[in-house]
Amino acid sequence: MKEILSGNEAIARGAFEAGVKVASAYPGTPSTEILENVRNYTSIDSSWAPNEKVALEVAIGASFGGARALACMKHVGVNVAADPLFTVSYTGVGGGLVLVVADDPEMHSSQNEQDSRNYAKFVKVPMLEPADSQECKDFTRLAFEISEQFDTPVMLRSCTRISHGKSVVELAEPVSGLPEPKLVKNPQKLVMLPGNARIRHPLVEERIVKLAEYANSLGINRLEYRSLETGIICTGVTYQYVREAFPDASTLKLGMIYPLPADMIREFSEKLTTLFVVEELDPFIEEQILALSIQVTGKKIISLCGELSPERIRNSFANAGLIKPLEVAEHVVEKLPSRPPNMCPGCPHRGVFYLLNRLKAYVTGDIGCYTLGAMQPLNAMDTCVCMGASISNASGIVRALPPEEQSRVVAVIGDSTFLHTGVNSLMEMAYNMAPATVIILDNRITAMTGRQENPSSGYTLAGIEAPVVDIPNLCRSLGIKNLQIVDPYDLPTTRRVLEEEMARPEPSVIITNRPCCLIKDECRFQKGKPLSVDQDICTGCKACLGIGCPAIEWQPDESGRKGKAWIDTQLCTGCTVCQQLCKFNAIN
Amino acid sequence: MSKDVTNILLVGVGGQGTLLASEILSEAFMLAGFDVKKSEIHGMSQRGGSVVSHVRFGDKVYSPVVPEGEGDILFGFELLETYRYLSLLRPGAKVIANNFRILPPSVLLGKELYPEGLADKIASRFPGFLLVDGLELATRAGNPRAANTVLLGAVASRLDIQENHWLSAIEKMVPARALEINIKAFQMGRAL
Repeated sequence: MKEILSGNEAIARGAFEAGVKVASAYPGTPSTEILENVRNYTSIDSSWAPNEKVALEVAIGASFGGARALACMKHVGVNVAADPLFTVSYTGVGGGLVLVVADDPEMHSSQNEQDSRNYAKFVKVPMLEPADSQECKDFTRLAFEISEQFDTPVMLRSCTRISHGKSVVELAEPVSGLPEPKLVKNPQKLVMLPGNARIRHPLVEERIVKLAEYANSLGINRLEYRSLETGIICTGVTYQYVREAFPDASTLKLGMIYPLPADMIREFSEKLTTLFVVEELDPFIEEQILALSIQVTGKKIISLCGELSPERIRNSFANAGLIKPLEVAEHVVEKLPSRPPNMCPGCPHRGVFYLLNRLKAYVTGDIGCYTLGAMQPLNAMDTCVCMGASISNASGIVRALPPEEQSRVVAVIGDSTFLHTGVNSLMEMAYNMAPATVIILDNRITAMTGRQENPSSGYTLAGIEAPVVDIPNLCRSLGIKNLQIVDPYDLPTTRRVLEEEMARPEPSVIITNRPCCLIKDECRFQKGKPLSVDQDICTGCKACLGIGCPAIEWQPDESGRKGKAWIDTQLCTGCTVCQQLCKFNAIN
Repeated sequence: MSKDVTNILLVGVGGQGTLLASEILSEAFMLAGFDVKKSEIHGMSQRGGSVVSHVRFGDKVYSPVVPEGEGDILFGFELLETYRYLSLLRPGAKVIANNFRILPPSVLLGKELYPEGLADKIASRFPGFLLVDGLELATRAGNPRAANTVLLGAVASRLDIQENHWLSAIEKMVPARALEINIKAFQMGRAL
C-alpha cells in the first residue's frame, strides 16, 4: 500500500514496522511529529519526557530490558542527551536502540545550525541519513537491525526538509518473532565502573572498524555511474538537490554517513575524472575522504552556512568557474512590509513583555513562543541562549553588577522549558542567593512546537490524565522564599508585583497563570467576549498599539497624519490587555 | 532540469490553511499515479509569519523544494504574500490568488502602508492572473471557511488531473461534516 508521508510520519511508521516497544522524546522542531505519530501505534509505549537526556535514558532502559527502543530530538537536544549517549556507546544495547536527531540547517526554528553528524564520530556510533520519506521508514527499520547486529546504539539523522517534506511511501508489514523483553544480569557490560569501561572501550574501537568494513557492502550506500567526467559524493536531501542540479553527474549516495565505506569511495574516485563532496554545513564527509588521501573538492566551493538547494549548488559551481554562469532573471527589487512571526491575539505573554519594557528590565530570555517578546514593538528581551539558560544567565549577570543594576535583571521562562532544564538553574539561583527575579510564564502547554503536553499540563502524550507538577511548591522546595502568582491579563497587579519583586534584593519567582489561547480544550482555555473600539471616543493616541496585538489595526484618516484604532472581532479573544491601556475608555 | 515536473507554490500567512491545501494537492497527484514531493516549514513561521509550501509532481521528483525561478503555478492565499513570491516563478507561470488582505505588523502599527494596486501589478507581470473572491464564493457555497477550497478548485481546473482524484483527495482530507460544502466550493472554483 502507498501513502504520502512526511519524513517524521515515515520514521514513526518505520519504528512500528521494526517492532519498537518503547519510544520517548522531548518536542523540538523539526522532530516533534515523530512521537506524535508513534502515539497512533498502540503496540508502542510512547511518551513525552521532560528533556532529551531523560528521553534517551528511558529508551536506553527499555533497550537494557530487551525491547527495541526509540528516542527522538532536535539537534540541540542531543547536546542535552550527550551524557548518556557517550556511555551507551560503551555499554551497547539489549534490544535495538535508535536515536533520531533532526537538524535544522538554515535555522528555520532554532538558535544554531550545529551539524549533528559530528556526534556520530565523537560518540563512535553508526549514523544513517535518509533522503526521502521511503528511506526514513526503511532506514529506521534497518537501524534497529544494525543496532542489534553490532551491539551499538544507532543514530538516524534527518533535517527540516526531510522531516517536514512529504513523499510517497510503500508500507510493509511489521517484523515478527522478536525476543520477549526480560531482565538479564550483565554488570560487566552495563555497569560502567572504570574497570568495566576500560574493557568496553577497545570493543567500541573494534566495532567501528567492523562497521566501516560492513559499510562497503551495505545496500544503502550506492554507486551510480553516469558521465565519468564528474563524480559527486552526497547524502540525505542533498542527494536530491545534486540529482536535480547535475542530472548527468555520477553519484555516490551514502545512506550510512558514519563510518564511511572507504573501498567504495576509492573505487568511485578512481573511475571519475573530478571528485566532489556536496554536503550541507560542516565538511564532515570531506575531511574523512581527505584522510584517506583521496583528492576531493567540497567546502572550497560549497558554503558552510545554511541550507543547500539545486540553485545554490549550481551557483557554487558557477562561482568557482566550473560551469557557465547561470542566467539570472531580472527581478523588480521592491521594499515590501515584512511579515515576521508574532504572538497570537490573546497570548498571555504579551502584557508581561509590555510591562518589562516599561519597567526598563534587562530580560534574560529562553526558548519558546515568548522569545518573540524580543520583537517590535515589545522589544523586551536582551539574551537568549538555550533551554533553561534564562535563569542561570540572570543568576550570573547579577553577580557581575552593582546592586542598583541588579534589580533590573529579570529571567523569563515557560512552564515546559522550566521543567526541561530550568529547575536546576533555579536550584542554583536559590542555593547561591542570587538576587534576580524569575518569571515563569505558565501557559499549561509546550506551545511553540504545536501544543504538546508536559509534566505540568495534566495530560500525557496519549491524552490520559496525569499527575500535575505543582510549580509553586516545586519552587518553594528549591528554596525560593518570595513567590507570587499573577494573572497576566491583569496589568496593574502584574506591574505592582513586578515592581515589588524586582526591587527585592533576594531571589524571587513570579508565576503567570493564564493558559495558551491555542489550547483547544475548553477546561483550560475559554475565549472571552471580543472587544471593539468606540470610534467616537478613540483619540488616536496609539497607546493600544504598543502591545503589537494582531487584532488591533491602525486606520489612518484621509490626511494620513491622524487616525483611529480598530479591533478585528474575528481575531480578538477578549483578553482586555488593550482595554487596560486605553486612558479614554474607548475599548469595550 | 527535468521538464516533466510541475512546480506549485502555495503562499500565505501562517494559520491560513496552506498546509491542508497542499495535502489535498499532493494526495490527488499521487492518486493520479505521479511521483509527488512537498515541503514546508512548521514551527516559528506558523505564528502569523509569511509561509511557503512547495508541491512538485511528475514521473520522478528529486528535490522537495521548487528551484527559484521555476515555479509553474502560484497559489496565493493572501495578496501581499502572492506578490512577494512572484520571483520564484518562471515567466508565463499561472498565478491564482485569493482577494484577501492580512495586514502585517508594521501596517497594523501604522508605520507602513499596505501596498496598493497589487492585483494590477501581478496581472501586468503574469497575464491571465486570476483574482478570486474566495470568501464570497465560499459563503455562497455555505461556509466562509471553505475559501481555500474555492481557490483549490481554480488551481485544479488548470491542471490535467481527473476530477475523481480531486474528489477522493478532498474526501480523505476534509472532515465528513464539512465535506458537502467543500465539494460545492471546489466545483465553484473549478468553474472559474
